[in-house]
Amino acid sequence: MKRTMFEKIWQRHAVCAGPEGSSIVYIDLHLVHEVTSPQAFEGLRLAKRRVRRPDRTFATLDHNIPTNGNRMVISDALARTQVETLRDNCSQFGVPLFDLDSPDQGIVHVIGPELGLTQPGSTIVCGDSHTSTHGAFGALAFGIGTSEVEHVLATQCLVLKKPRTMQVLFHGKLPAGVTAKDLILALIAQIGTDGATGHVIEYAGDAIRGLSMEARMTVCNMSIEAGARAGMIAPDQTTFDYLRGRRFAPEGAEWRRAQTEWSTLTTDRSATFDKTVEIDASRLAPFVTWGTNPGMAAPVTGEVPDPESDQAKSDRGSIQRALEYMNLRPHTRITDIAVDRVFIGSCTNSRLEDLRAAARVIKGYKISKNVRAMVVPGSQQVKHAAEHEGLHRIFEDAGFEWRESGCSMCLGMNSDRLNAGERCASTSNRNFEGRQGAGSRTHLVSPAMAAAAAVAGHFVDIRKWQYKD
Amino acid sequence: MQSFTVHTGIAALLDRDNVDTDQIIPKQFLKRTERTGYGECLFFDWRFDREGKPDPAFPLNEPQYKGASILIAGKNFGCGSSREHAVWALRDYGFRAVIAPSFADIFSSNCVKNGVLTVVLRPSEIATLKKRDAAGRFQLTVDLQKREVSARDGFSAGFEIDAFRRTSLLDGLDEIGMTLRHEAEISAYEKRAHKARAAS
Repeated sequence: MKRTMFEKIWQRHAVCAGPEGSSIVYIDLHLVHEVTSPQAFEGLRLAKRRVRRPDRTFATLDHNIPTNGNRMVISDALARTQVETLRDNCSQFGVPLFDLDSPDQGIVHVIGPELGLTQPGSTIVCGDSHTSTHGAFGALAFGIGTSEVEHVLATQCLVLKKPRTMQVLFHGKLPAGVTAKDLILALIAQIGTDGATGHVIEYAGDAIRGLSMEARMTVCNMSIEAGARAGMIAPDQTTFDYLRGRRFAPEGAEWRRAQTEWSTLTTDRSATFDKTVEIDASRLAPFVTWGTNPGMAAPVTGEVPDPESDQAKSDRGSIQRALEYMNLRPHTRITDIAVDRVFIGSCTNSRLEDLRAAARVIKGYKISKNVRAMVVPGSQQVKHAAEHEGLHRIFEDAGFEWRESGCSMCLGMNSDRLNAGERCASTSNRNFEGRQGAGSRTHLVSPAMAAAAAVAGHFVDIRKWQYKD
Repeated sequence: MQSFTVHTGIAALLDRDNVDTDQIIPKQFLKRTERTGYGECLFFDWRFDREGKPDPAFPLNEPQYKGASILIAGKNFGCGSSREHAVWALRDYGFRAVIAPSFADIFSSNCVKNGVLTVVLRPSEIATLKKRDAAGRFQLTVDLQKREVSARDGFSAGFEIDAFRRTSLLDGLDEIGMTLRHEAEISAYEKRAHKARAAS
């Protein structure tokens, strides 16, 4: 029987059959943050249960923490309580915590890979839908709700029904200026925000092989925006080179054994998927979302759709609603859309490469006087590495704010928010109504596209940018 | 866990596709550490205007939906964030079942854990319910035993549901307790996995 990578990992982690066609699946790594865990720990306490494997559980603070000033002082009383609750829970149940004073603190999906916790062939969960990020390493990684967080804390397992499989092939070579973010936005625009519901995606093809680990994480990160349970990429030399030497990665003889084992995980040549989608990456342009879900996206050379057009027929109501919310007229050219704010950050695009790409664009420029822009590095490690290279100076010289690490304006749980009616070019993952603040208007783009919009004051085709480096 | 067998209640229609969990419960309500008290935050930014007054244009504020406990919605309901707070808010508000052409995966899983039933009906059946809704306040019965949605006017539609989810809801299963009964197998798995890793 020929098997896909997903099937191999699934079978390896099946502890035993569960009731009525379900499986009890073992979880290798459980990542925890302050927002979706307090009720789970409380559930354990009420049932007098312990954390079964505190050595496979790691916590950090990222969602609601401030990114400016002294982070140890949190003025929002509710956020402070949540932060303190996680600290108490970690200390009571013996779970390691990367606290605000830790050099390893950061967005949960940035630090997992950075520390070498994320490894090929493993099962990874977190009470956060963007857990799919870790699939970039050939891991089966997916988001869960708080009840399941409690389940994993107590049992290190989940009771699951096997999802279906979907292969997404990105053929050809990515053109200059077109990035991993554009690949995934193009896919979601094509298949819709429910195009992969019930499926685990495996991304393959030349364009994927050519991506760095950081770019692969961007692709897998947004799998959930297509409705997928998870997204994965087969491990290869790029994966091994990234992982080797990281703190929790295997060492010495163990590393060699692990690498051999990981190499066997790839999808068998004639294995079949329940669904296949093929996209020619060599013909893609940079993408910009114009609506209120990540599937509402167009190439930068395109325009805002007309809800009255024939193509829009099946989604007329949704498009009308979205354009009204976004205050956009049909047929407006994407490059004519002006922005008030720019946000570079989030678990999608806040890694060192993302910051380098954005810094390269703005080097020698000042941001538009009509724009307020900020960079929020994904982790303290990213922040320090960027500062070591002097990227913070490039951002600050151009007029960007340079912040501490966290989820920040991706979801606006802290004070980093848009005001009602403000329009933002954002490197994050969701352009839902009110996502970045009540009444906010979000356009999702790559880091380079966001940086260029900050300078120009409106969207521009990054492929025509005059770099000053 | 709360069980679900059969429920009869007023149906409310939210005729929108891709309702994401950010709409069901906006981020400002995720800072609490309890599981209850989220009902007043449900659809907050849609239900209330900037001054905090109910927006009459929002369906759930219509008098005909007062006391509704069954929500009828568009496709891909519950997409986006994994926040279980979305289900806690629906349940606290009084919804016991949501009917839609399709649901997002994490959301429907979260529903099961909280005794809320997600019912997938065909678009044609939902269209019939929409017509019924246009005629005024109406009741539906959702029967998980029979896997059937019905109304007094003769409307009846069967639905499919995963067998394990159905049993969990019917029995109000303590899933964690159930998995803990497999402790011997989990420990054996851990030994096996550890050994395989050391030998490979």
